[in-house]
Amino acid sequence: MNEMQFLTWVRGQGLDLAVSIFLLGVLWRIFEIYSLGRKKDLAAPRHVAGASGWHTIFRRSLPPEGMMKKSPVTYVGGYIFHIGLAIVVFLFAPHIKLIQSLTGLSWPGLPSQFIDLVAVVTIAAMVVVLFDRINKPVKRYLSTFEDWFTWTLAFLPVLTGWMAVQHLLLPYATMLALHILSVELLLVFLPFTKLFHAFTVFGSRWYIGKINGHKGVAV
Amino acid sequence: MHGPLIDTLARQGVTRRTFMKYCATLASMMALPPAAGRAMAEAMASAPAATKRPSVIWLPFQECTGCTESITRSHSPTLEGLIFDAISLDYQETLMAAAGHQAEEALHAAMKANEGKYLLIVDGSIPLGLDGAYSCIAGKSNLDTLKEVAKGAAAIVAMGSCAAFGGIPKANPNPTGAVSVSDIIKDKPIINIPGCPPIPVVMTGVLAHFLTFGSLPELDGKGRPKAFYGETIHDRCYRRPFYDQGKFAKTFDDEGARNGWCLFELGCKGPVTYNACATVKWNGGTSWPVESGHGCLGCSEPDFWDGGGFYKALSMPADPLKMAAGAAVAGAAVGVAMSFANRGKKGAAKAAHETTTLADLEK
Repeated sequence: MNEMQFLTWVRGQGLDLAVSIFLLGVLWRIFEIYSLGRKKDLAAPRHVAGASGWHTIFRRSLPPEGMMKKSPVTYVGGYIFHIGLAIVVFLFAPHIKLIQSLTGLSWPGLPSQFIDLVAVVTIAAMVVVLFDRINKPVKRYLSTFEDWFTWTLAFLPVLTGWMAVQHLLLPYATMLALHILSVELLLVFLPFTKLFHAFTVFGSRWYIGKINGHKGVAV
Repeated sequence: MHGPLIDTLARQGVTRRTFMKYCATLASMMALPPAAGRAMAEAMASAPAATKRPSVIWLPFQECTGCTESITRSHSPTLEGLIFDAISLDYQETLMAAAGHQAEEALHAAMKANEGKYLLIVDGSIPLGLDGAYSCIAGKSNLDTLKEVAKGAAAIVAMGSCAAFGGIPKANPNPTGAVSVSDIIKDKPIINIPGCPPIPVVMTGVLAHFLTFGSLPELDGKGRPKAFYGETIHDRCYRRPFYDQGKFAKTFDDEGARNGWCLFELGCKGPVTYNACATVKWNGGTSWPVESGHGCLGCSEPDFWDGGGFYKALSMPADPLKMAAGAAVAGAAVGVAMSFANRGKKGAAKAAHETTTLADLEK
């Protein structure tokens, strides 16, 4: 298999397979998780300002008091790489073109030099966050194989995409194919690992906020 | 400086100075040091008359003659074409006057007289299906001819994408079992000059290099001269700034197309294609496909014909997603089934629940 055949495979059959597994897994888990529901709380609700599902969805995106000082790398690094990923994934012109061809939806992109800068910053933030996880004994103790694995799954597409654009290490076609392959691996594993938080994070926050709000606790 | 070539050029109104300039340009194009231009000029100019000029044999296999057309038409009668005066093209079916047995005699005479020294140019792929019966010349399969002629060659030039990589004959489902020259010949230096057709100056550049230094220029991983195939079309494209700004033509007649914006979304394969079109251009530097408003097809890359469609952007799926809809339905169905199963479990747990009374605790 030469590099063009490899590229055509990842753009064709490989993509079909990955997207199919992704859709199957995502729909399966969404239906299953959200149909579980919660047991009805028969106690009378306590009304406290700011204690509700919607508040918690927003509030959990901000660091709790004192935590920013205690664990700045987690918060700053986390913000940077999440926002960076969103910009790179959804505002790079070729990515928009792919989304458009799959869903029909499209929107304006950002200049590729800016995307390039964001990619570099995102890569740096992800590396820093990883080193922090290795360095801090507590974080390291709490980390399982899944944490290292999902970090790698999320990191490789950014790295290979940036390297392809910069023509580093391998010819562009090979690197582009590797980039698409890494995204496909991410798609395949996303529904079955903690990366699924992309779909459940706000739902679970709402549940937590709702349950605690019922008890009159603003969390 | 003089010699047969200089005399020939002078007769055709080309001055020595023009010839020197051409050689310097050729040398710089091939990324050779400045002195190489002079060396090239001297080597070509001093190539002795008829009998001792390096012999070149050009074998056509499964091809469309487009490569020959490209070289003979687009740059003739400029200096590009005149480079042929420095060589002795002993066998070229399209260009030679001889035919039939005479042509075969010319071929064998040239092979015998220049054993181990001639340059073999091949255009077209070699069919292996039905014992090579798909393409025969003088009652011999292309496979046998290639093996026979390659034996005495100093080096082989695989001219065009068919000879270099199999090209269009090899396109899926490859009915003739077409393969490239390098799939068959393993013991000779082979230089690939892919393209459909290849750029004429690449061909003459390689010939000039061979005449001057007696060797082939530096090659990349696919056997292509690095000087011409060192960078992608996309990286040298004059429309590249529009790509970086995110300005794309969406159709062939929209405002973007009229403004000369990037053709990526219209399926341009420039980003994955290594060739010199963007810098050397075609028809004596007149224009090239992207300049005339059409995206690059990627013709100098292996299997460009099966690259998922000429008008599909590289970032788009090469094939429609066939399984995705089914998988989505299956996923939803499994999810719903699981939710019913979970509900059943919950119900069963509730039903099995035993109420504990005060009396139970006091037992």
